[in-house]
Order: sequence, then C-alpha cells, then structure tokens
Amino acid sequence: MELELRGITKRFGPLVANDGISLSVAPGQVHALLGENGAGKTTLMNVLYGLMQPDEGEIRVDGAPVSFHSQKDAIAAGIGMVHQHFMLVPVFTVAENVTLGIEQAGPAGLLDKRRTRREVAELSHRYGLDVDPDALVEDLPVGLQQRVEIVKALVRQANVLILDEPTAVLTPAETQELFRIIRQLTGGGTSVIFISHKLREVQAIADTITVLRRGAVVGERAPTATADDLAALMVGRDVQLRVTKSPARPGAPVLRVTDLTVRGDDGRAWVDGLSFEVRAGEILGIAGVQGNGQTELCEALMGLRPAAGGAVTLNDDDLTRATPRARLRAGIAYVPEDRTEDGLVGSFSVAENLVLDMYDRRPFAAGVNLNLPEISQNAAARIEEFDVRTGSAATPAGTLSGGNQQKIILARELGREHKVLIASQPTRGLDVGSIEFVHRRIVERRDDGVAVLIVSSELDEIYALADRIAVMYEGKITGFRDPDVPAAELGRLMAGGADVAPAEPPPAGPPPAGSHQDPESQQPPEPREEG
Amino acid sequence: MTTPEAGPPAAEPASSPPAGTGPEGGARPPHPFGRILRESFLEGNTFTVTVLALLTAAVLGGLLCAFTNASVLHAPDAGSMIARAWDTASGTYVALFEGSIFNPHTVAALFQQSSLPTAVHDGYLSAVFGPLSETAVQATPLILTGLAVALPYQAGLFNIGGQGQFIGGAIMAAWLGYDVRLPFFAHVAVCVLGGFAGGAAIGWLTGEIKARTGAHEVIVTIMLNYVMLYFLAYLLSSQSLLQAPGSANPITPPLTSNAHLPLLAGTNLRINAGFLIALACALAVWWLLNRTTTGFEFRSVGANSAASRVAGMNVERSWVLALLIAGGLAGLAGSAVIQGTDFTLNPNSYGTYGIDAITVALLGQGRPGGVVWAGLLFGALHAGSPGMQTATSTPAEIVSVLQALIVLFVAAPPLIRAIFRLRAARAGGVGAAMSKGWNA
Repeated sequence: MELELRGITKRFGPLVANDGISLSVAPGQVHALLGENGAGKTTLMNVLYGLMQPDEGEIRVDGAPVSFHSQKDAIAAGIGMVHQHFMLVPVFTVAENVTLGIEQAGPAGLLDKRRTRREVAELSHRYGLDVDPDALVEDLPVGLQQRVEIVKALVRQANVLILDEPTAVLTPAETQELFRIIRQLTGGGTSVIFISHKLREVQAIADTITVLRRGAVVGERAPTATADDLAALMVGRDVQLRVTKSPARPGAPVLRVTDLTVRGDDGRAWVDGLSFEVRAGEILGIAGVQGNGQTELCEALMGLRPAAGGAVTLNDDDLTRATPRARLRAGIAYVPEDRTEDGLVGSFSVAENLVLDMYDRRPFAAGVNLNLPEISQNAAARIEEFDVRTGSAATPAGTLSGGNQQKIILARELGREHKVLIASQPTRGLDVGSIEFVHRRIVERRDDGVAVLIVSSELDEIYALADRIAVMYEGKITGFRDPDVPAAELGRLMAGGADVAPAEPPPAGPPPAGSHQDPESQQPPEPREEG
Repeated sequence: MTTPEAGPPAAEPASSPPAGTGPEGGARPPHPFGRILRESFLEGNTFTVTVLALLTAAVLGGLLCAFTNASVLHAPDAGSMIARAWDTASGTYVALFEGSIFNPHTVAALFQQSSLPTAVHDGYLSAVFGPLSETAVQATPLILTGLAVALPYQAGLFNIGGQGQFIGGAIMAAWLGYDVRLPFFAHVAVCVLGGFAGGAAIGWLTGEIKARTGAHEVIVTIMLNYVMLYFLAYLLSSQSLLQAPGSANPITPPLTSNAHLPLLAGTNLRINAGFLIALACALAVWWLLNRTTTGFEFRSVGANSAASRVAGMNVERSWVLALLIAGGLAGLAGSAVIQGTDFTLNPNSYGTYGIDAITVALLGQGRPGGVVWAGLLFGALHAGSPGMQTATSTPAEIVSVLQALIVLFVAAPPLIRAIFRLRAARAGGVGAAMSKGWNA
C-alpha cells in the first residue's frame, strides 16, 4: 500500500503544529520521522490515524484521496498505530487484548476465543514475535507488551504501522529485538512509520528519514546521512553530539562505597558487595543493561533504600544510615532516574520545584513561613541560568517537556552546595539539544572539582562523559575500564562476561572520538529481560 | 467575612495557564480578559462546573419536590398540574430562602412595632437576622469537619474519620465542661482546647498506624469511627463515667454556663463564637497550606510522595501531622456543637457530620476558602429545611437529596460538561480527582 500525505496543516489556535507537511511512504519501507519533542511528529500521526482532522491538506492511499473521521476509518484503510503509552488491559490475556473491539462471536453469541488465539499464534510465528496468546498482559515485560500492540494492529490487517517513540521504554536488547521484528514486517510488505528523536536508532532502521522542526519538514535524508547532519537539521543549528572535555584532573576520593549490599523489595540482593570510589574532579560512569541493580544502588546511595551491608562514606563521614535529607545536606546532588516520579512534583509550579529540597532552609524559609519573594527570585534566576523554557515560574512543572523538566532538576541540584553529583540516566528521553546542555553542565561540575557518578544504560552517554567506566552486571561490578575501551568489550562485560585482564589485546580498536558507534556492536550480545 | 479563596500564584496549579502546549513551550501572547473569561466558561473549569452543578441540582430538586407532592399528583388536568408543580417548587425554594437567609415578613413585623427600642427589646430585630444566625450555626461544624477532610486531602490522605474525631473532641469538651470549675473565659478556652486535643488524639492514632504499618487510612478511620461510636455509647451508659447522675438516658450532665461559647448577637440568636473559630480555622489552614514550610511539605507529599522522599522530606511525619491537625479540627467541631448549641453530649450530637464533611470538602474543591462557602451553603440548606417542611409540606429529606445531587454533579464534571456541552478543562478538577482518589 502506498501512503501519501499532501500539505497537511493542523493549527491549534494561533499555534501551527503541522505546517504543510508532505511525505510518502512506499510499501515495505521504514520511513522515519525524526524531530525534537514538540516538532509536530505526534500531531501528524494523530491526523493520519484519524484522531484529529487536518485543517488543510489530504491523505491519499494508493493514489486515491481518503478522509479519516475517526481511528476506525484509519484502521479500515489499513493503518495501525502503536502508541507510546500502550492501550492494553493488564488483567486480560494477550488474545483477549487483541480481540478487544473486534470480538468474533460464535454460533451461540459466545466469544470465539479459539480463533483469536490461533490468529495470534500464527502472526507471532510468522514474524517471530514470540507472543504467548494466553499470557496475562500484566505479567509481560514492556518489550513484549509492545509486541502485543503490534499484533493488535496486524490482526486488524494493518499495511502501514505507525510506531510512536517505540524505543523510549525499551532496553537496548529489547530495541534490537524490535528492529529485527520491524525488518521482518517490512520484508512481508508492511510499511512502518518510525517516530523517534534518537539519531542512532533512526540511522540503524530507516530507509528514508524525514526531519521535522517546528511543525514543518526541514529535510529528507537517506540513512547514510551523518549524525551531525541530522542533528543540525533537527535542532536548527550545529550541535555538538559529544561535549568537548579536557582530561580529568582527579583529586582525593570523595565518595567511597565499600562492600555495599542492597536488597530489593523481593529480598534479592540487587546490589551485591559493590565497592568503588569517586574522586574529586572525575566522572565515574556506571554502564550496564538496565535492571542490573543500578536503580537499587542509587536508592541506597541516597538513603531511600536501606543498605543490607557495607558502607557509604563522603569525605570520611559515614553516611550508611543517614536519612535522605542528611545526605543532601552533606553535599550530594542527585538527579534521579525517573524524573517525573522521583525528581519533580508535577502539579507544583516550576518555582516550587526549584526549592523542593531547600524550602525549609534560609533564605527560602523565614521561621515557619515560606519566603515567597525569595522563592520567586530564585526561580527567575535559575530559569534564566539554565534556560528553562516555561511560560512562567508559576507553570506546573508537569506540563513542560522532558528536557525542560530535567533542566529544573539540574538547576535545583546544582544550585545547592555539593561535593558529589549522582546522576542516573540523566538524558533518558531527551532530545539532542537538551542532551548537549545536560552533558555540558555535568562536565562543568567535574571541572569545578565535584566528584561525579553517572549511571547510564546508554553507551553513547558513558563514552561522552566518563573518565572511568565501571560495568555493572547482576549487582556486581564486572570490571573497571578506561574510556577508550572498545564497545564490544563493554558489551561483553555488560552481559556478565568474565573480567579478562585489560592487558590482553583488545578485540577491536578504540572508538574514533566524536563519531558514533555502530549500534549493533554496542549492544550486549545476550538479550535479557528486565528484572 | 473572611474568604481565603485564592492561594499564592505558585500554589494554584489547576488555574495556571498551561505552558508547553506550543512547540517550543515559549511565551504566548497575553489574552484579553474577556476572552479568558469566555474560554474558562467554555472549557468548563472547576468553578463553572461547580456553579452549574448547583443549578442543575436545584432544578432537579425542584422537580422532585413538585412531583412528589400530593396536590400536584392529584391535579385534575395537565395545566393545573404544571401550575401546582410550579407553586410547590417555587414555594419550597422560597421557604428555604426565608429559613436560611432572609424573611421579608420579619422586616414588616419590625416596622409595625411602635418604637425601635421596644422592637429590639421584644426580639423583632433579632428575628430579621434569625435565618442568617441559624445558617451560621449549622455551618460551623460543617466547615470545621470539612477542613478536617480538606487538609489531609492536600497531603494525599482521605480522612473518613471525621465522625470518630468529632466524638473524641465532643467527649473532652463535654467532660471538661461539666466536671471542671473555672472562671468564664478560661473555662471556654480549656474546653475548646480539650476538644481539639480529643480529636487530635484520634487523628494522631490514625496517622501513626498508617505511618508505621502502612495500613490504608480509609480503613483505619472508618474502623475508628465504630470504635469511637461504641466507646461513647459505653461512656454514656455508665453512671460512674459520663452519664448524668440519676438519668436513665444516655446523656451527660449539662455543661456549666461558664463553658458555653459566648453568643455573638444577643440571647435571641444562637450564633456564637464557634462560628468565628471555624472561620479562623479556615484562615489558619489556608495559611498553613500555602504559606508555611510544613504546608509545602503536606502539598508536596500529597502530590508526589516519591519525589518528596527523594527531596529529603519525611513523608510519614507529614502524614501523622496532617491527620493530627485534621483530627483536632474535627474535635473543634465537636466542641462547637457541645459548647455552642447542645450544652450536653448525647448520641444525637454527632449527627452525620463525618459524612457531610466529605461532601463539603468535595464541593469546596479541597481548599479552605471553598470549604467555607460549601459549609455555608449546606448550613443554609439545613437551616431552611424546617421552614420548607411547614410551608409546602416538602419532607426535610429533600434537603439531603438536594445535597446528594449537588455533590453527585460536582463529583462528576464530565456529566455537567455533557449536559452543558462544555469542552473538557485542560487540567482535571480537584473534585474529579477527589472522587476517585480512593486508591491513594
């Protein structure tokens, strides 16, 4: 099926979300829509999926103009969509979810469950989806839930599959699995519209890349285009994909973790006798596939989860049993992994979020009262300094984009006096421009003599920031490496490979500075499901 | 009257203009006032929805009064049926108004007196303000217990325990009121503080159980309501405890007059200092929530306890403190009823305040200013219902139905939006959040 959009324009009041966008998707192709958050990608797809009506322009299927008044029309025309947030009923089985809305009734008006199960099994087999029709959706990991969404679209005879930011919730291994499935689908003649702001993924999977900026198409590129070229198109200016940093000048150890053991809610030792130290003026990057205890490690470092054994010290002060507040006051700045859940109070204003851990201290508190003028002055200064794009300081932080939310957290944490910065997944879900900003700030702190600990499952990020790399696997550190270690070696350690002495000749040359890794080689060889 | 309605700009997430809707989330051109007004109406924000909910409930309530009335049902033809229905419905609301706000006949009676001093002396002037006084008296415990729900709600807690906390306060106020001998002002203060402490103890217990064991406060408060209910019944049935000596009824001895809350407008009107206490508490709760570091903690914990913990707040301490203060407020309601109007404690004293409190807080959007208005509205409904009954023989229960309808419509903004074809507001209303906030 040949799908074509011609001059699609969609306005919301004075705001033009889509401005005369035209693109065509050939059968069996992966067409990537690349753009920063708010560039109009999702609006365009909502128009295509019949959720919104365009103000101007038309959609053509196999050359004939069509108009979609609801998603039913779009589905009937062979368009399927997998939303960023899945539309599944957790307590239903896979087959029940797939059949929901198109239930087939048997002779006595009973649901024909057997037929759906057969269909699911068949599709699952044909495209190597490995989905069990009888599994409860709530028991499935995120990657499999996504495949259920894909099956849902395929059962409804989708010829064009829209994937909205499909990798945002996936681990690197799951992403590789998804790419394999996408190739299988396109091999069978299905077209895929792949929406993303991640350059690396788009380069790896797309046949054609359309770049959107501020609601308009700013260019079309082949996947061979360089990352710098794509990033510049996306952001509208040249972007440094890797911040320039001078060699670290590490000082004395500041944060010291000794034999730390942390148990999860399930009683399992998610952090298992871990030891490392972070010195002033250096960035230690903890690499690892997500779900190997990084979350528990950070929670234990912040006092949010008790240590079952071992010690955490900051400049020889024992913090092992300290409360979160005591640790913050001792000089730890913390950027949590899940910024909307742990980093911000979404319904609070930007100004309130900027003092979330300082509200009871002078100058923001005067006795029992809040010092509101001081809080708003602080907000104005921080918004300016960190270039937070917000309507006003009174805007609820939850309505801002991910990049701006992260800037608020950074502004708050770095605004306090601190000797250590712990940042977990500091750029997850951020667009290229924001990543550059966050990385630059982190390197600045290092240069000011702060001991920085970065936990990230993105190897690009580890390479961009770390002065030393520790790889974490199943709660243990499988090895420390210098930042010029080849990605394949890190991948081996991330999959739990034994720590071979670094003196041995590396299997590949060091990564060329400033360029991007081949995504294949960066992934740990063994797909693991998140624990 | 004090109406601490709007918080500081920073504390009003629901009413702030949403940003980040533009592609760059940048500044948008300022809208003229008229357009903002029109948009806020069309989008059905919480205020519009509340007003429309009141109107819808009033119309439905009127229909209900009319078509349950015997004379309407036995009308000879359709025309007279409609006429009688209109008479009944309008008569009901006129009686409600005259009983709760202002009755023109009392003014006429006042001016028919020979001279003003004798009129005042005979209570004709008081009669003019009688309805308002009754409304204030009825509103007092509703405002206080409403605050006892609204404050913990801001900290993410659902306080269903108004009844138990009310009883805790009432027990203390009544016991201190008849068993202690103190000079007038000191005695009032001791009883009021005792009422606060009695309720606060129950609230603290709830908070402590939740903080230590993780038990859901809804379950704990409901169960403590039963405990307090039967504890009171026990106290009132034992001569050696609270029961009045020689009485066969479950009732305490009367409070000494030194413990009565001072009347505000002469002996003919029941309005008393309890009403001022309620208003002062509303102002204090508003100040606590919006101006103090403790209130910042409450609101932060209520909005996102995980982020609050990460930011170093003691979430459990906030829970305990919020429920302690809430219990105290409900205890003050008990003290206001015992010391202000009843002057004795019996099993009728606690009425349905525990449940009414939830509806008041819901109607008041969980905000102190809103609670005052909602408390006054429900107080007026209560004050007007006896007159309504005598004027049009409408059963007093219709007031409960009216209350229920108001809350039903307030709690279901989509219903009102559907009826009036409003667009959905961009931020979900507090009412909606509160009505589905059980899985906190």
